[in-house]
Amino acid sequence: MSDSNNKWFSLNIGRKDREASKSCSCGKTSGGCGGSSNAHHITEDEFTEAAIHASIGEERTKDGFEQVFDVKMDRRSAFKKLTASLLIGAGAVSTSCSVISGDESKEKAQIDWEEQFKGNYKLMTDDEKKATVDRLVRSYQLRTGKTISMSSKNAEDNVLFGYAFNISKCQGYMDCVNACVEENNQDRDSQMQYIRIHEMKDGKGFNFNEADDNYYHEVPAEGHFYMGTQCFHCDNPPCTEVCPVQATWREDDGLVVVDYDWCVGCRYCMAACPYDGRRFNWSKPEVPEAEINKNQHYLGNRMRKKGVMEKCTFCVQRSRAGKNPACVEACPTGARIFGNLLDPDSTIRWVLENKKVFRLKEDLGTEPKFWYFMD
Amino acid sequence: MKRLKVFGSLVKDSLDTITHGSKKYHLWMGFLTFVMLAGMYCYSIQLEHGLSVTGMTDRVSWGLYISNFTFLVGVAAAAVMLVMPTYVLKDIDFKQAVLIGEGLAVAALIMCLAFVIADMGGPSVLWHMIPGIGVFNFPNSMLTWDVLVLNGYLFLNLTIPLYILFRHYQGKDAKPKVYIPGAFLSVFWAVAIHLVTAFLYQGLQARPFWNNALLGPRFLASAFAAGPALIILVLGIIRNYTEFKIQDKTIKKIAMVVTVAAQINLIMLISELFKEFYAPTHHSESAYYLFFGLHGKDALLPWIWTAIPLNVLATVLLTFHKLRNNFKVLFFCCFILFIAIWIEKGFGLIVPGFIPGPYGKIAEYAPTGVEIGVTLGIWALGAFIFTILARTAIGIELGKLRYKKALK
Ligand code: SF4
Ligand code: SF4
Repeated sequence: MSDSNNKWFSLNIGRKDREASKSCSCGKTSGGCGGSSNAHHITEDEFTEAAIHASIGEERTKDGFEQVFDVKMDRRSAFKKLTASLLIGAGAVSTSCSVISGDESKEKAQIDWEEQFKGNYKLMTDDEKKATVDRLVRSYQLRTGKTISMSSKNAEDNVLFGYAFNISKCQGYMDCVNACVEENNQDRDSQMQYIRIHEMKDGKGFNFNEADDNYYHEVPAEGHFYMGTQCFHCDNPPCTEVCPVQATWREDDGLVVVDYDWCVGCRYCMAACPYDGRRFNWSKPEVPEAEINKNQHYLGNRMRKKGVMEKCTFCVQRSRAGKNPACVEACPTGARIFGNLLDPDSTIRWVLENKKVFRLKEDLGTEPKFWYFMD
Repeated sequence: MKRLKVFGSLVKDSLDTITHGSKKYHLWMGFLTFVMLAGMYCYSIQLEHGLSVTGMTDRVSWGLYISNFTFLVGVAAAAVMLVMPTYVLKDIDFKQAVLIGEGLAVAALIMCLAFVIADMGGPSVLWHMIPGIGVFNFPNSMLTWDVLVLNGYLFLNLTIPLYILFRHYQGKDAKPKVYIPGAFLSVFWAVAIHLVTAFLYQGLQARPFWNNALLGPRFLASAFAAGPALIILVLGIIRNYTEFKIQDKTIKKIAMVVTVAAQINLIMLISELFKEFYAPTHHSESAYYLFFGLHGKDALLPWIWTAIPLNVLATVLLTFHKLRNNFKVLFFCCFILFIAIWIEKGFGLIVPGFIPGPYGKIAEYAPTGVEIGVTLGIWALGAFIFTILARTAIGIELGKLRYKKALK
């Protein structure tokens, strides 16, 4: 598939190519691209275009404020999106089944071989990215008979994601934590959670030392306030510098991501993160088949294996498709705000310009893109 | 071609020496093999179930493996304390000791690499780190620097003794012109491996316990105490069990090195303690945890309060010439100094770096049985390799091993 990957692949052409492929990598179309026999190509593209319009067209016109507060609307669109992805999945099955030969185990071995020796995602061309995503989708299909959709959508121009957290609003319900676990297919056995909610005593200031980040009682507890932490997607991330194999890096839209297949599991990045932002798969991650979120991104919530690092990606599979991260959507109090820092009309920009915001451990020079504020 | 033939015969001869020996020797090797096999079994459990079988967690993500790695880099670096006077300053005294020292360095380096691999989550994709086919994040990541200097040092410490032994094996003298530049290089290199390993931790602004400028120099001082201390012990054993002659003068000179390094190390320790406890800041919490425990969590107290008295006692005893020149006292001092530094630079350095966590959470760490098993296995591997190397070297140096003696 990567034979069109030539030396003369100039920047402009590449960009054009990306533009074209954008429509079919909006989070659920790799299946469609995967079976790409020429005869099907045009119809598939049209189909995809329509599906995408149905699923996220609405959100494209919505501003950040509506996205945060209009929960009902979001659920509806999420439902639509799910239906659309199912449709596309079905389409992928039918097209790919007509193409493949009967010898499935041979194909499985071939895929495993290519997966074991593929390169670093960061350095792949768009075609290679698509190829690996297709292989993973196919491999999942061969193994479980189920179809997932996996995107390899790149960062868009003029986008820099940022996050703000309203300390006055958070009541410690942990809906964000649960939504995150469900969205991102985290290991259920070890109860891995990207987000930690710290319960702090009133009148003690931001005293993390005495805070409890593992409480099991009714909230909001009398005389306490709550503060959430997760990966802050530092603009100058120390965690990516130290990785010996460049398995983790900062994308152009500011997301700090991990290539789970390239990580060697040395955990140096974990030691380098000042914000407790990273999680390691100490054993093989297990997610019940029924609970797997099948709308995936290569750099986001696709299934991990044991011995690799992972972390919050601001739900790259959602944010690059123009949606809010799962935690933002799940928060019942509206304490979480997410958006494009480069868009002067975004809610996050409004917060940064009108609230007294601060960040944690600013003296370290990591430039987190995660701000706290109070009403 | 001739060289190859000589080399082949060297390997054959050394295999012969290795497989023949006294009953005690066989018992020793059998014991090491057993421990290695047990370690391998533990490692297979770890491979199967992942690193969750160790005591490490998201809160304390490095433990026993990295502790031992850090310590052993120091041991490897110490060989240089013997290399310099022998090869460069033509101090005959050290000549026999130096081959042993370099053998020790090789064994320590192999253990270092084994510990790093044991600590990896994905050993099957380690090729990602090989420059050329993988992606080598040089010069940004200190870990890549470490990989480079460790392997370079291993190469130096393999080739220099090999060259010398190879010449002696043929009954010729080693040409200083060939090995002196290498020896010079390895002197700088030894400092580099240790400094770079210290920078691995020192460069992390996230961990205030490590992020201090004294870490690198202290690494060097403690390495130059613990490494030669181990060499003295090994020389003592070799003197007792083989015909290999090691003069008292040699051991006394190495003891001098140990003493000075231990004294400097102690001074730096005091300076560190002063900074942490005279005007404690938020960043002193790790030190508080290490020495006194925090909020009732005090798993490291027994360790550090074993290490500190041993360290002080050894340094004080060594400081008096009379005591130091008494070999019984010297061996005792070296032993306790070695233990003290192993604790201080292993457990006492790595674990408190993670405690308290970035947000003050105190989650303690204790190694599991599997982890200890793998660790012992790797130590046994190191001892095994060292025994083989030392036996061959001693054989050649004693003149027992010679190329085609009959033809000559
Ligand atoms: S919060 Fe930690 S993991 Fe996230 S980008 Fe910053 S340093 Fe990296
Ligand atoms: S654990 Fe993975 S991502 Fe982190 S530094 Fe090591 S190889 Fe890089």
